[in-house]
Amino acid sequence: MSRLISTIAVAVLALGGSLLGQSGVSELAFTSTDLLRTPVEGPFVGEVAGVGANSKGQIFVYTRTGHPYATLGDNRTFSRGGSKLFLFDANGKFVREWGQDVYGFNAAIGLRVDPQDNVWTIDAAANQVVKFNADGAIGLVLGRKPETIPVRPNAPASPPSPSSPTSPATPAPGAKPAGMGTPGSGFNRPTDVAWDKAGNIYVADGIGTNNRIAKFDKDGRFLAHWGSTGSGPGQFSGVKAIALDAQGNVYAADAGNKRIQVFDGDGKFLREITNIGTPLAMCMTRGGTQHLYVSHAGDQDGMDDAAIYKVALDGRIVGKFGAAGKQLKEFGLANSIDCRNENELLVGEMTNWRVQKVSLK
Amino acid sequence: MRHLLITVVALALLPAGSWLSAQSRATATNVAVIPHEAVPNFFKHPPGIYTGENMGIATNSKGNIYVYHRAYETRLFEYTAKGDFVRELGRNNYGFAFAHSVRVDAQDNIWAVDEGTDMLIKFSPEGRILMTIGRREDPVAMLSNMPGGGRYHGRNEKYRFGRQTDVAFDQQGNIFVSDGYFDGRVVKYDKNGRFVKAVGERGNGNLQFNTPHSIATDFQGNVYVGDRGNARVQVLDNDLNWKANYPNVGNPWAVCVSGGPGPKNPGKQYLYVSNSWPDSAPAGPAEYTGEVYKMELDGTIIGKFGRAGKAAGEFATIHQMDCRDPDVIYTAEINNWRSQKILLKASTAKTSSQQ
Repeated sequence: MSRLISTIAVAVLALGGSLLGQSGVSELAFTSTDLLRTPVEGPFVGEVAGVGANSKGQIFVYTRTGHPYATLGDNRTFSRGGSKLFLFDANGKFVREWGQDVYGFNAAIGLRVDPQDNVWTIDAAANQVVKFNADGAIGLVLGRKPETIPVRPNAPASPPSPSSPTSPATPAPGAKPAGMGTPGSGFNRPTDVAWDKAGNIYVADGIGTNNRIAKFDKDGRFLAHWGSTGSGPGQFSGVKAIALDAQGNVYAADAGNKRIQVFDGDGKFLREITNIGTPLAMCMTRGGTQHLYVSHAGDQDGMDDAAIYKVALDGRIVGKFGAAGKQLKEFGLANSIDCRNENELLVGEMTNWRVQKVSLK
Repeated sequence: MRHLLITVVALALLPAGSWLSAQSRATATNVAVIPHEAVPNFFKHPPGIYTGENMGIATNSKGNIYVYHRAYETRLFEYTAKGDFVRELGRNNYGFAFAHSVRVDAQDNIWAVDEGTDMLIKFSPEGRILMTIGRREDPVAMLSNMPGGGRYHGRNEKYRFGRQTDVAFDQQGNIFVSDGYFDGRVVKYDKNGRFVKAVGERGNGNLQFNTPHSIATDFQGNVYVGDRGNARVQVLDNDLNWKANYPNVGNPWAVCVSGGPGPKNPGKQYLYVSNSWPDSAPAGPAEYTGEVYKMELDGTIIGKFGRAGKAAGEFATIHQMDCRDPDVIYTAEINNWRSQKILLKASTAKTSSQQ
């Protein structure tokens, strides 16, 4: 009899476990602080596109702040400004601006710090990935900023149709700037960068029309690329983030298809991870057993549906935390996660103009 | 008979004409004049500090004054209650591109309304950014909107604006936004910036708007919307149900309810409405625009003051008013690149009749 009861109990437990797995992901307990402090007279942190810490604990923030300008030139219009790279100390106190007046800072979309403490910025308007050496000098430039912006005369005479007001802009016919949409280094709104142990560079490219991963050697020489627009294996609908595990496998956040695709280092499709919502940012932990943190943003403003998932590399969901909104412990388009410390994350938000330091219990 | 017919046709055409010209003569008549004077040279700047088009003005509970203006860059300045320049807030932050209005809430937080970035930026009294609502499109997305000009689109999105114009708060801290040039609606958020409700679309019926341009609340939480293109103030209750129209005071560029944002009970409150001289300062309408009406909250006109012009005490073009003290009106003016402190004198005239 007691054996029967225990059998039933085991069955109930198993059932309960599977129900939990299907219907709800366990909530991870956490605390959070609003980390960054700048002088009250400025500069101001705007939309945080990327945040990353180096081995000394210094924090780099690539943010949309200041103004994007159009400069009238000879028959053309040039763009500049609109994003800045700031350095903060480990406590979030503003130290100084990095890369002041750098040519390619226009529409920040991401930032990563590599294992050698180099700082990489990704810009969606300049279509560039720029590597700053640890001393601040520019070490490598991938992609070229479009020479001009098509304000006139190539822009349509009337505003775009109201039916697609917020979709990513497509250049006006005949107005495709140099450096867009071609193999090699021609990125189209790239979003993220990652490296393998040999120093090879992988670029998520991106949220324009390319929908691919581009691979370069450590000196920036083009090696290969894979991917196209679509929903099948190896196809993407907006590559919003990229990360590599210790074995050199490539994890690509395929936002429009609500999945993470996993490839080997040569682009061979291995598997996909689902049930993580619409992935916006990812971070691969560095411990012996690696995990992925994945931010989910189910609406365009981060006000209705958001969370950060902790995922095992086999796709098992460990748990999730956070919600959509503007308060602490809520995330408004978490576009960047730093997980140098597995249980103490830096989360940069676009719509809330801040970095939260998240401590998981 | 034929004469009568022509008159009828002409009257029927008048509203359409006023819609297009966007500035009509106020229909109220026999309105008492409230004596007023401008404090001379009230706002004082250090050498090399200028304001451009003064779009927004607001006071805090200590009497300090904020002016949001379009200079070489759009900037937000703070002055003492005596008009001395104190400091600049939010310099070159991402939300500033083209000033439209500024308001101060009950906790003395400062809210800048920017129609270039489609954003509200909330500053602490110290000047730190506490919250934003709305989102500036990135430069690539903006290019799809070039070469500009733009028009009404009525997208009615929960957290995106179409050149929104103004903001107001009720005693619970709820946020009301008039939105705007490319949307035709009023949006309500809770104090944490979470969407509650939106009403309105373009049109001239009740709960329809043609450029809701200015917004204010009274102590009971009613909402007064300057429905500029429709030449009326629309009054809504706190849940954004329609209550009344005040159609007789011209085109309301700016509305203001006296008493401040609370939480102290302000006692009797008044509504001020500016029938502003259009911002291109045309000679013709100067003769019948530029005045500000003082009204009871129920729409009864008490009197009016001011006229179109560039001299002290004249207005070109009032874009926002502060009326925390009902006898001290601060005016922000586009064309004159200035703000004024206006003192209203006790009027001997009784409440005037109106049509």
